[in-house]
Amino acid sequence: MSASPEIAPVLDLNRRSFLKVTALAGGGMMLAGYFRSGITEAMAQAAGSAAPAFVPNSFISISSNGMVAIISKNPEIGQGMKTSLPMLIAEDLDVSWDKVTVYQGDFNTAAYGAQNVGGPQNASGSNGTPQNYMPMRRVGAAARTMLVQAAAQTWSVPESECTTGDGTVFHKATGKKLGYGELTAKAATLTPPDLNSVVLKDNKDIKILGTRISGVDNPKLVTGQSLFGIDVKQPGMLHANFTKCPVNGGTPTSANLDEVKKLPGVRDAFIVPAATGVKGGVAVVADTTWNAISAANKLKIEWNEGPNANQSSESFATQAQAAGTAVPAPTYPADAKVLSATYNFPYVSHACLEPMNATACYKADGTVEVWAPIQNPGAARGAATVHIMRSGGGFGRRLSAEYVSEAMAIAQKFPGVPVQLTWTREQDIGNDLFRPAAWHFFTGALGTDGKILGWNDRFVPVQGANFGNNEFPSLTVQSAPAIQTGMPTGPWRSPNDNANFWATQSFLDELAHASGKDPLQFRLDLLASEKITAYNPERMIAVVKLAGEQAGWGKKLPKGQGMGIAFTFSHRGYVAIVAEVTVTPAGDLTVNKMTAGVDVGPVVNLSAAENQVQGGMIDGLSTAWLLKITVDKGRPVQANFDDYPLIQMNQAPTTAVHFIKGDYNVAPTGLGEPALPPAAPAVCNAIFAATGKRVRSLPIKDEDLKWS
Amino acid sequence: MATFKLTVNGAAKSVDVEADTPLLWVLRDSLEMVGTKYGCGIGMCGACTVHLDGKAKRACQTPISDVGTAKVTTIEGLAQNGKLTALQQAWCDHDVPQCGYCQSGQIMSATALLADKPKPTDADIDNAMSGNLCRCATYTRIRAAIHTAAAK
Repeated sequence: MSASPEIAPVLDLNRRSFLKVTALAGGGMMLAGYFRSGITEAMAQAAGSAAPAFVPNSFISISSNGMVAIISKNPEIGQGMKTSLPMLIAEDLDVSWDKVTVYQGDFNTAAYGAQNVGGPQNASGSNGTPQNYMPMRRVGAAARTMLVQAAAQTWSVPESECTTGDGTVFHKATGKKLGYGELTAKAATLTPPDLNSVVLKDNKDIKILGTRISGVDNPKLVTGQSLFGIDVKQPGMLHANFTKCPVNGGTPTSANLDEVKKLPGVRDAFIVPAATGVKGGVAVVADTTWNAISAANKLKIEWNEGPNANQSSESFATQAQAAGTAVPAPTYPADAKVLSATYNFPYVSHACLEPMNATACYKADGTVEVWAPIQNPGAARGAATVHIMRSGGGFGRRLSAEYVSEAMAIAQKFPGVPVQLTWTREQDIGNDLFRPAAWHFFTGALGTDGKILGWNDRFVPVQGANFGNNEFPSLTVQSAPAIQTGMPTGPWRSPNDNANFWATQSFLDELAHASGKDPLQFRLDLLASEKITAYNPERMIAVVKLAGEQAGWGKKLPKGQGMGIAFTFSHRGYVAIVAEVTVTPAGDLTVNKMTAGVDVGPVVNLSAAENQVQGGMIDGLSTAWLLKITVDKGRPVQANFDDYPLIQMNQAPTTAVHFIKGDYNVAPTGLGEPALPPAAPAVCNAIFAATGKRVRSLPIKDEDLKWS
Repeated sequence: MATFKLTVNGAAKSVDVEADTPLLWVLRDSLEMVGTKYGCGIGMCGACTVHLDGKAKRACQTPISDVGTAKVTTIEGLAQNGKLTALQQAWCDHDVPQCGYCQSGQIMSATALLADKPKPTDADIDNAMSGNLCRCATYTRIRAAIHTAAAK
């Protein structure tokens, strides 16, 4: 396949050949880059004109007809970054959105990774928006400044008398105006300003930010065009599958390779020994994905299963019980009301709908070119070029790049030939880096005034789990040593917060009910009375009130129906969720509605922001309600969507999302993660309100919710 | 290896593949039409949904040898002369996708639903769409987009 605009709009990797580094007064550095032909052609095609005339920096290219190409530098994993970063640039460039065409940037630290252009090219930790908000606006403003300068020089008027709007510079006194396209030749001769010195728009002049902008890839997505890593086609490409031991740490000792090599379409089958970044396994390389998978299914592999082959979920629970009860609970005054409860949640899988895959090619010059759906392209060690492909879901899974290392290890056997590695769904779940399980052994006490007197949480993690509580100061966490399970773990959407906050916000609800107060009011009182320093309690109070008001908190509901609330501060975002549920006497759960109050500062793209909250809430519900990975003989038991059943359309609640308005002079925080953690406790607290049944173990579907 | 002739989006195609090759991989690898997605390989996620003679089918569960003379329609074949269908347009207007990986399968299932029931109820949508998983959980917007397209 020829290089599509989605694959090749990159700067040349030989940075010295294209970067002009201009030292500026005050020590600022401005990188002035030039797009290589790939993007100029694509851009010209999009614009229907000749090559772009003005390329002020690594991100913007303006052609003489006023069309604008913008590079989005960070990976798109569904969080909307490919639309929102260019929106920031377009806002302060002051062009109308319909003149903008967006291209995905390749991994290029020199062009896109410097601190003054927003930090690393990652999709990680809900950092993309806060790290890039001001830098991307400045990138746009810098180009706008040059266009204004070009117009002022053309008209021999002071720059201060010039204004801009919709891609045009105006001089009000004389009525003169010039479109950006008409100014490109002149602007191209000017020196870019220091990014730190440029002036950003006033709040009142904001036009694009805060509006609903449909994702830039939507026209391609709804027509099935190539975007994702798994969609990559390269001339002569071969397809690979890689089978690893079902027990983490196990390695292959032998396999029926000669037999498998004779199967249809198979080019080679071989053992890949364990190495840095690669677990040992058996590779099958074939002409098509199907022939590679079919042949891999016929592998007979002898494994050295290693030390983890006897691990089981039952054993983890027994060890957790011992660890959690080893430390005595604290004592409280005799007149205190003391509650104790144990909460636990299982391992879960990421289950991105696009399975892990990567395409690698060892080129004649010895360098490696990689195409990958990836959250952290810097983790693709040893690759000279990484083309960041759209990811069919990330959720933290693609921060680890072992699938890229595997593709490279396999492709090394086929110099000059691109090899695409695709994991099967079973391999994707079976060889996942799981969200860790944990146990909480709580003791809480209420004083005679109904306020929290003490809260002790003996936290028992498996290795990989952490919990640094910051909800409120009286919460004391005593972490037990981690249980060594041998299960590989990794970041999973809202790491640490995604289920630990389910436990704390559920137990808080137990205390609220024990105090006899309304659970929402109990939370407001807590937020008002505790000396909270980890976050701004006023902002949290506001979202709790907002969610409650919008959901109609306090309305009388019949038995079997209930509302629950939870709030969390995760990844710097303030989110409160009210869930409304119905539970039949037989114990069947329906989540009717979830209402969110959200404060992340100013909203960049209202549509995408709302989508993240809607999806984050339902993802939190899906995971808490339906999903678990159990372990038997060291192996994850669940393997595909038949036994790992993601939430479906008929189970999904309606949603309502309400944002606190923010100030566009202050960078917002991110939204990939914060809406997920409060979903599960809101639902479980609603179940309690409906039935009197307290869910203390996940997933909910394994709990008995019958009532009479 | 055998030769199979098929009609995809109105065009005659010929492929040389093993007879057990699922239509999914014929589309993706042999014909390089990558809109139809691999998600599970067991017919549980719906990402590979295509139409055979207008009916929604899971391409991962359809061996090429079973396709016969059925007309295959894929996500690439919905828009005509570059004009999106009302459903595709509604998908863009509602900004349904997050990661977008499941969306071609969602649209194929929804297109078949609307062909069968031009004014679907929420219950109809539940019935027709519950086999299409969305890991990002864009269900709220999928439902809204279907209703919008149905209203046109």
